[in-house]
Amino acid sequence: MRYISNTPAQQREMLATIGAGSIEDLLARIPAKARLSRPLNVPAAMAETDLVRLLRGMSARNANADDFVCFLGAGSYDHTVPSPINHLISRGEFFTAYTPYQPEASQGTLRSIFEYQTMMAELCGMDVANASLYDGASSLAEAVLMAHAVTERNAIVLSKGVNPLYRQVVETYCEGPGLRLKSAALGDGSTDLDAVRKSVTGQTAAVVIQYPNFFGCLEDVKAAAEIAHAAGALLIVVADPVNLGLLTPPGALGADLVVGEGQGLGVPMTFGGPNLGVFAVKQELVRRMPGRLVGATVDLDGQRGFVLTLQTREQHIRREKATSNICTNVALCALMATIHVAIMGKVGLRKVGELSTAKAHYAAEAFARIPGVKLKFSAPFFKEFALELPKSPERVVKRLTKDKILAGVPLKAFDRSYKDCLLVAVTEKRTREEIDAYAAALAAAVA
Amino acid sequence: MRTAKPAYDKLIFELSRPGRHAYSLPECDVPVADPAQLLPKEHLREKPAELPEVSELDVVRHYSRLSQMNYGVDTHFYPLGSCTMKYNPKINEDMARLPGFARLHPLTPEGAAQGALQLMHELSQDLAEVSGMDLVSLQPAAGAQGELAGVLMIRAYHLARGERRTKVLIPDSAHGTNPASTALAGYSVVELRSEANGDVDLLDLERHLGDDVAAFMITQPNTLGLFESKIHQITDMCHAKGVQVYMDGANFNAILGITRPGDLGFDVCHFNLHKTFTTPHGGGGPGAGPVGIKEHLAPFLPTPVLVKDGDDYAFDWNRPQSIGKLQAFWGNFGMLVRAWTYIRTMGPDGLRAVSDNAVLNANYVLKRLEDHYDRSAPGPCMHECVVSARRQKKLGVTAIDIAKRLLDLGFYAPTTYFPLIVEEALMIEPTETESKETLDEFCDAMIQIAREAQENPQLIHEAPVTTPVRRLDQTAAARQPRLKWTPPETA
Amino acid sequence: MANVPADLRYTKEHEWAKLEGDKARVGITAFAQEQLGDVVFVELPKAGSKVTAMKTFGVVESVKAVSDLFAPLSGEVVEVNAELPKKPEVVNTDPYGKGWMIVIKLDGTKEWEGLMSAADYETLVAAAGH
Repeated sequence: MRYISNTPAQQREMLATIGAGSIEDLLARIPAKARLSRPLNVPAAMAETDLVRLLRGMSARNANADDFVCFLGAGSYDHTVPSPINHLISRGEFFTAYTPYQPEASQGTLRSIFEYQTMMAELCGMDVANASLYDGASSLAEAVLMAHAVTERNAIVLSKGVNPLYRQVVETYCEGPGLRLKSAALGDGSTDLDAVRKSVTGQTAAVVIQYPNFFGCLEDVKAAAEIAHAAGALLIVVADPVNLGLLTPPGALGADLVVGEGQGLGVPMTFGGPNLGVFAVKQELVRRMPGRLVGATVDLDGQRGFVLTLQTREQHIRREKATSNICTNVALCALMATIHVAIMGKVGLRKVGELSTAKAHYAAEAFARIPGVKLKFSAPFFKEFALELPKSPERVVKRLTKDKILAGVPLKAFDRSYKDCLLVAVTEKRTREEIDAYAAALAAAVA
Repeated sequence: MRTAKPAYDKLIFELSRPGRHAYSLPECDVPVADPAQLLPKEHLREKPAELPEVSELDVVRHYSRLSQMNYGVDTHFYPLGSCTMKYNPKINEDMARLPGFARLHPLTPEGAAQGALQLMHELSQDLAEVSGMDLVSLQPAAGAQGELAGVLMIRAYHLARGERRTKVLIPDSAHGTNPASTALAGYSVVELRSEANGDVDLLDLERHLGDDVAAFMITQPNTLGLFESKIHQITDMCHAKGVQVYMDGANFNAILGITRPGDLGFDVCHFNLHKTFTTPHGGGGPGAGPVGIKEHLAPFLPTPVLVKDGDDYAFDWNRPQSIGKLQAFWGNFGMLVRAWTYIRTMGPDGLRAVSDNAVLNANYVLKRLEDHYDRSAPGPCMHECVVSARRQKKLGVTAIDIAKRLLDLGFYAPTTYFPLIVEEALMIEPTETESKETLDEFCDAMIQIAREAQENPQLIHEAPVTTPVRRLDQTAAARQPRLKWTPPETA
Repeated sequence: MANVPADLRYTKEHEWAKLEGDKARVGITAFAQEQLGDVVFVELPKAGSKVTAMKTFGVVESVKAVSDLFAPLSGEVVEVNAELPKKPEVVNTDPYGKGWMIVIKLDGTKEWEGLMSAADYETLVAAAGH
């Protein structure tokens, strides 16, 4: 048993010290009828080489983005993952460390989180970002609960441009507190601001829009902020931080809380998890924030050091009155993002946005030229767009999978009124050749 | 008096020099490259974000130096009680990085993700077997989310039966996420008294059980590291009043292959894959918190539910009574691969050896320390032991002082001040992966500290002195929070 | 010797009250601040809000703990200490003076009679300490 160090001889020595005859003696408190009387019925232990062979086989049955060309988006993206990230986060001192509750032995983790908080606040245009939450969807849920706690109001207005999977998570989190969720319809791809105006009342805690939204379309964040604030409500903006290297940050447009999915910042897609929940707020809301926060301070010698701070908000002190039940953050994913942003930097991250949008527009134009294929919405879009197809999007996807193209996300499962639509994402990694090949395959598939 | 060499004290922003770069991106290969020609002006940043401009060597050297300021399981004994800081196998890391897993988009058509779905299905069956539960959802992102899912399912169960129950009973020895998750699910938390050894006070439980109580939530073994031997009586008492029983699975490492929550009468339990099942702690996460249930709670499982039809795996979204979703996609798949790999590496005998050795190691430590520190309870412990620094406190040395001195002696500290019901608590969980030699070194250090508390407490109060920073001013950090780097004022 | 001024009255939750005509000034005791450790933040109600005897009116936080603040008496908050957000440490250094938290315009005088005397509070504190 290679993960267990003690030999039988050592076990006997230890039992002798303890004064027990066998390990069974140490289990005496467990009543006999509670004892499992057989070995666990899990598969037999495998040698490493056999295990690797088996798993390689299982992984080969998945259409991954190295072997297939990925145009899938909807909250997870095939963005560049620079080579140093994996090497650095695989250092044992990072990935086998615990939460930095003993700060003197955890300055590596604490400093990198402090850098992460700085970067996310800067990208979002906000005063403060926390050390990360689980994913974009649960971050949104936490933001909604926070808006409820801060305003003491019970209603939330969500644009239909918010990712439907995120909305489901918000609904689940709102069950306990009993909040009411209302929807504001889309116009032609972006939120209908009149619909928002009509839905917002003196009972509204927050208005939620996504920027760019689930369909890839840009939103008028400033106008949404004005509507929310006029009613005494907060504006929550869901944003992808990768895009914020180029796009105007929501904080500059009036957002009170910015949340989103940071997976595109160097976290492998990994079939949807683990992810990276970004959460950033304005200064006056900082003590109501969920999640961990790292702060700068000094040690006894006056030297700079970093600690977890404002911990009294959290469950281990505040218990049932905590701002959230969250315990872990996604520290290792936050570290990936920190290194990613350090590598991309001021110029590179902007370039990622420029390339993504340039290629997305090229692709949209190429696809829209195919007879029968239309862009569903006319609102300006960033790196994703919805196509309306003359044939079933599910069939088109199946056919293009044979061409080793992951064509996009059929939208029927999210909303039947979009049953002819396919959501296509184009990142900086997609080449002109790949896009042209997709266009050719799509033309053949819908002919 | 500092005894270590000066620490590396840079932040990445301080290494930044205008014009330096580390990125590598191709030139634009499509005709229109300028975003100003593609997007309305108001959507484009006026100024680029203030992000670092550094070279690749800057990045690699900086983060390598930062890593050297951390203690990790790979470098140090990490006896944090209730965290199960066991060795993180490297094969798990390799397997999680296989392109078929790491490079798989969550919305890949199901027919083209069968390998991933198969792995998830098999893991859920393994966890069901290990726990004696009927069904497992792999969706929760961490233990706290697993708790929330479990309590929400219990809530849905009662509502479906037309019962409005408003309270959940939780012992005062519980981990903070228990009451926090319960409050989030909309329940009032009623705190029950534990006995001094962490056992459930049956009289207090009896007094509180009623038809306004939805659930009783306990950790087994309890947070003092002892097995609650009256468990069958407890679950029977609860069920007699229609109360569901929830097991916090944080201490699963003690009972693998020995006993199972499903056999003890629990209705729901969660797993912490980042504890018992070796997925790495990562400096604070990501974790994964699958939740196991008995059949009667099946209609309420989070959506979607993974089903097997012949040889094919698919997601079932048609779950009208589901509690909904906890995170956007299907679970922390990268952690699920690691846990699956670990279970296949260990097999049934290996998993049983885990709990046996975890229990042996903790009892060995307890025995070696019992003359120097107060036990929190008589009798053998399970996989962790709690001692009190009550004796040392009388000499002016507290649990936190002891923790800091351990850092100087080359060990990460045990958990301090938890559970709340033990004064000056030090909770020690060695785990099964540590050797007798390491345990002896740790116990020798603890005994040395006990002696220092009598002979030279100043040494302990000054600690740590060998770490990159000394004790930090937590008060200043909380009074004037500085939560991000800002450029220094130019002179 | 415990620091328990004789001219004040007390609650079992370790708040003090000082009668000032038809108003009462309220804070937390020396024992309370000692138990809490360094105070880092105090959350207080706005002037004009109503408080009820033995119901919470705010929260006091230290680095490692957080405590509810219980109103000793019922009435309307007419003054709130504006110094505390900037200098929470004054609760530690001067709990009965500059560390005052709110001033309540009292609903009546009956409740005042029900508060603990300095002597009784001193007994409570002596029993709590070890």
